[in-house]
Amino acid sequence: MSPQRPRTTRDFGQAAQWIAVLVLFAAIPLAGKKFFVTMANEVLVMGLFAVAFNLLYGFTGMLSFGQAAYYGIGGYTVGLLLSKGAMPFAVALPAAAAAGAALALLLGPLCIRLTGVYFTMLTLAFAEMVWGIVFKWYGFTGGDNGIQGIPMPALLRSPVRYYYFTLIIVFTSFWLLRRIVDSPFGAVLQSIRENPERTGFLGIKVRRYELAAMVLSGAFAALAGGLFAGYQHSIHPDMLHWTKSGEVILMSILGGVSSFFGPLMGAAVILFIEDMIGKYTEFWEIWIGGIMLAIVIFFPRGVIGTLDSWIARARNRERTADGTSRS
Amino acid sequence: MDSNLVFTQLIGGLTSSMTLFLVASGLTLIFGVVNVFNFAHGSFYLLGAYFAYQLVSVSGVGFWAGVLLAALGAGAAGAVMEFFFLRRIYGRGGEAGFQILLTYSFILIIDDVVKMIWGTDYKSISRPEILDGSLTIGDLFIPRYDAMVIGMGLLVALGMWWLIRKSRFGRNLRAISANREMASSLGVNVPVALSLVFGLATALGGLSGALSAPVRTVTPGAGVEVIIGSMIVVVIGGLGNFWGALVGAFIIGEVTAFGILFLPQWAILFAYAVMALVLVFRPQGLLMKRGIAG
Repeated sequence: MSPQRPRTTRDFGQAAQWIAVLVLFAAIPLAGKKFFVTMANEVLVMGLFAVAFNLLYGFTGMLSFGQAAYYGIGGYTVGLLLSKGAMPFAVALPAAAAAGAALALLLGPLCIRLTGVYFTMLTLAFAEMVWGIVFKWYGFTGGDNGIQGIPMPALLRSPVRYYYFTLIIVFTSFWLLRRIVDSPFGAVLQSIRENPERTGFLGIKVRRYELAAMVLSGAFAALAGGLFAGYQHSIHPDMLHWTKSGEVILMSILGGVSSFFGPLMGAAVILFIEDMIGKYTEFWEIWIGGIMLAIVIFFPRGVIGTLDSWIARARNRERTADGTSRS
Repeated sequence: MDSNLVFTQLIGGLTSSMTLFLVASGLTLIFGVVNVFNFAHGSFYLLGAYFAYQLVSVSGVGFWAGVLLAALGAGAAGAVMEFFFLRRIYGRGGEAGFQILLTYSFILIIDDVVKMIWGTDYKSISRPEILDGSLTIGDLFIPRYDAMVIGMGLLVALGMWWLIRKSRFGRNLRAISANREMASSLGVNVPVALSLVFGLATALGGLSGALSAPVRTVTPGAGVEVIIGSMIVVVIGGLGNFWGALVGAFIIGEVTAFGILFLPQWAILFAYAVMALVLVFRPQGLLMKRGIAG
């Protein structure tokens, strides 16, 4: 943890990973196909949403089934501020993150009073409440019509420009989230995941940290929602629907919740599958459900996690002398 | 407020309480005995409603037989889910997360299967003639159908009390709920009991759906609405406590029914407000968990 820690090969490996991912995303518009840019934009937005969710689930061990509320509140903050308040986008986007944090400060203290499956239930119930309000409040949110034609600044109107803008915001957020996870604060979150009771014995106020994790996760989820609203030029209550919360859980688990970029990878895979299935049938839910079922039954550690442990096992078999097993 | 209106709301609230209770009691039973939180429980309500529609409105089976068969069908689907899928993840590390994912995947699958078979249009079934109209007590009216649903709910509550408290099967369930391994080593056939409980609980959900079908229109989204309502009920009553489900369902049914009088559009918010109050003052639920029999 000390700042003078010598740089290890692991650090360089990590830096290389970041640069590789960044370069890959930055190169996508060069392919010149509009579809790729659209897809990559969605992957970045959902990837940020999923990585923010994973701060809560993978790193703190709190399975929230209500993150769509934060994603949606971010989208609606941007949409409403731009279309009604006539605020500039540069104010609306940070305001989205602030709105997400505020909502977490409101609902979080109630949710963290309970743990385990109770916590999950509460997050879902409260998210449905927020969805219900947005869905029914025609005068303010546009109800189930949502809001279309959100005016965007001229600078960001071209899809490619908006894509690079998203790329910068998302990777800055990734960097911040990575710093949070690696900080002493992040170490406390991970110890709460391992054993909340013992963490409490260390004199740490567990609930306060859990609330902080919810606020941070909510803020970044809302930022993702705000980015989505700017890109779609429209908002819709579906952004807050519980299936969105389920989707982000699935993305994280599919990619692997124990790795930082796992959820981003999961987001890419799921969005790609949805797009493919969407071309052939309107019944995409059953496919997602089936994939999820298969993952739960056959890939208990997520697809990436399970592949990792297969590779590790294969390596161990090669190095027969080495008795240390990673699994 | 005039007393007739209050009485009407009271009866309406009691009816929806009973529908909620049937679902929530199954949810609580599964949690208490199998130690699983079944997010897909609302989907069995949905199956019950569509099975009843198929049997009564399409195939022309009589109303009572249709309702009964619909409940049994939902129960059979539940037992299949437990036997072929849920069973494979018991005792796995990080089980809670996998349970949620697995049951969630069943919501998606059942939703789409329902849409594939019956489409997304609203469906309705007509109630039998004998349940049309109202009973009159003095100058008060009780719709016959509501009276039947309330009676049915109370009957189920009584039956479940007998089953859990007095029967040999119930004794085994309480033993499993207290300590699964110990019960198993004392000769209780745990795997069979778990499948049966799952089947029974999902059949209750199906019964709720089948009974609701004539009074609420049947749509594919109904399952989720019901599971959210039931979750609020069990948070208020105490998850894993059978009587908690009854108390919670009564409170939510009535609060929503009277909330409609004051703020028609936002009635559901009253239920959330009650839940928030319970969470602040009694986070473990009104009835503390003392095993499934309370």
